[in-house]
Amino acid sequence: MDLSLIVMQLLSGIALGAVLVITALGLTIVFGMLGVVNFAHGALFMIGAYAGLYLASLTGSFWWGLLLAPILIGAFGMLIEFVLIRRLYGRSIDDPLLLTFGLSYILVEGVRIVFGSDGIPFPTPPQLIGVLDLGIGFFPRYRLFVIVLVAVVLLALWLTLEKTRVGLIVRAGARDPTIMQVLGVDIGRVWLAIFGLGVGLAALGGVLAGPMRSVNPEMGSLVLAEAFVVTVIGGLGSIVGAVVAGLMVGISISLVALFAPEMATIVMFALMAVVLLIRPQGLFGVRGRTA
Amino acid sequence: MTLRSSGEALAKSAPGGLDRILDHRVLLSIAVLAVLPWLLPSKALAVNVLIYGVVVMGYNLLFGYTGLLSFGQAAFFGAGAYFTGIAIGRYGVPWLAAVGLAVLLSTCLAAVIGLVSTRTRGIYFSMVTLALAQLVYYVALQAASFTGGENGLRGFTVDRINLLGLQVNFLDPVNKYYVLMVFAALAMWFQSRILNSPFGAVIEAIRENEQRARACGYDVERSKLVVFMLSGAISSLGGCMLALHLSIVPLDILHYQTSGMIVMMVLLGGARSFFGPFVGAASFLILEDVISLWTPHWQIFVGAIFVLFVLFLPKGIWGTLLDALRIGKAQP
Repeated sequence: MDLSLIVMQLLSGIALGAVLVITALGLTIVFGMLGVVNFAHGALFMIGAYAGLYLASLTGSFWWGLLLAPILIGAFGMLIEFVLIRRLYGRSIDDPLLLTFGLSYILVEGVRIVFGSDGIPFPTPPQLIGVLDLGIGFFPRYRLFVIVLVAVVLLALWLTLEKTRVGLIVRAGARDPTIMQVLGVDIGRVWLAIFGLGVGLAALGGVLAGPMRSVNPEMGSLVLAEAFVVTVIGGLGSIVGAVVAGLMVGISISLVALFAPEMATIVMFALMAVVLLIRPQGLFGVRGRTA
Repeated sequence: MTLRSSGEALAKSAPGGLDRILDHRVLLSIAVLAVLPWLLPSKALAVNVLIYGVVVMGYNLLFGYTGLLSFGQAAFFGAGAYFTGIAIGRYGVPWLAAVGLAVLLSTCLAAVIGLVSTRTRGIYFSMVTLALAQLVYYVALQAASFTGGENGLRGFTVDRINLLGLQVNFLDPVNKYYVLMVFAALAMWFQSRILNSPFGAVIEAIRENEQRARACGYDVERSKLVVFMLSGAISSLGGCMLALHLSIVPLDILHYQTSGMIVMMVLLGGARSFFGPFVGAASFLILEDVISLWTPHWQIFVGAIFVLFVLFLPKGIWGTLLDALRIGKAQP
């Protein structure tokens, strides 16, 4: 097998992994800060893809869809937190999980009512059609764009969390919400914003995945399982873990697809099982966090 | 507050009229199931209540009594069905032996999945069980020569069965119901024995306070693995019943939506109660039947009702009813 094919497949894996990273990041941030596993994350990913598609066709430009869909769906996520999730803080940790699971039924069926059950093709933006000569092979422009965009979003997120006052409040709030409240921080508003951010990231993942997968109401269920695998491998609540595990999963799917296509969907689960047998808390997880 | 603080444990400390009746939970449940086909609008619905009731009851051992929120029970429901169908259709195993074999193999599958997933705790457990059950789904999808892949398993028929020398027409819905009810009754008796045993007290102790149970000297990890296998075994029996009932096994049975449906049913009926799973299965299936009569989008209503239950009625229909009756009795 020649080297350039493997390198190209590796890059494909990184592009696939980049979408996984963005999606799993939303899941892991919300869990890390709020202690809520959002089971509707996959459904919100799917709605993000639909919203991107709809807004792109409404404005005539993919870029508006890419910009507005995460903001709109993020705001919708804040509404969900405010109306539903907020009532469950302090109750059993299972309750938000169950509630968001029920919510995913409503969201998926809602999309079926509005857009129908059939898949809709998501056209690649004209500026990103075609391939780019990388010297050792040709790589789809769109996938390269996904990798770059995700890198930029990650950098922005990291800078916000590590270098700004908002980031400081968020990190402190995750450690000890009571103390933050004593210090005069409205922790309810922080949680609202964090949930919105998590959902916005899911929607961004959905829009980015649109041109690579077909858009249909069921697309969220596979993504949810993938995002779970990534967060479990990386360590629930760990941002670095989500990035490393997302890329790991994307690359392994892509490389296995080259040698044994029928094993491609299974490899990530095997990876997860192996990691769990060695480190039950995930690669970057902290022991005891998930009790 | 004792370690066992569930309704049934309280029943033993303060026996009232209601609780004395509930002491005979297996006989009572069997009595209700025996008249069920005549209470419901169709025999097919009654058979489904029976099947899903057993699946959800097995799941309740894990979720309601041990407090482990698994999202992968479909793997065992599906395994029971697939193993039964493959044994009958491919290897010509007699139906009753096929059921026994299927439960045995499904329990082994539960042991493997349990070994990985019970190493994790809390929310992790939910995510890992979901992921591993999806793995089973994809394996069934890929191994099409054995499982029929996307089309599901076909080519095995159960029309006449030999019941201890007696030929029974299995296509007759009433005959079918009562044959399957024997399995349900056995499963109920088995589950009741587990719950009444010292092991039953251990798993409830784990639910109430894992650290304390460990400090008391119980092997928490092994208990979790054992309860995971027992739960898988009972739910897989429901799968066997489904295979006998339909003579096909749809691939959907392994999908995580099925696991979710099992979770919904247990919450609708009431976790931590013995008969709750059957009430939950019945109400879910009736709801589905009624709503799908006037809209194909019944799932939106089921989802909304489920959300309302999580918010306002976390003990489910049966659990809330039992509580209300108990409080009613306590008034002087």
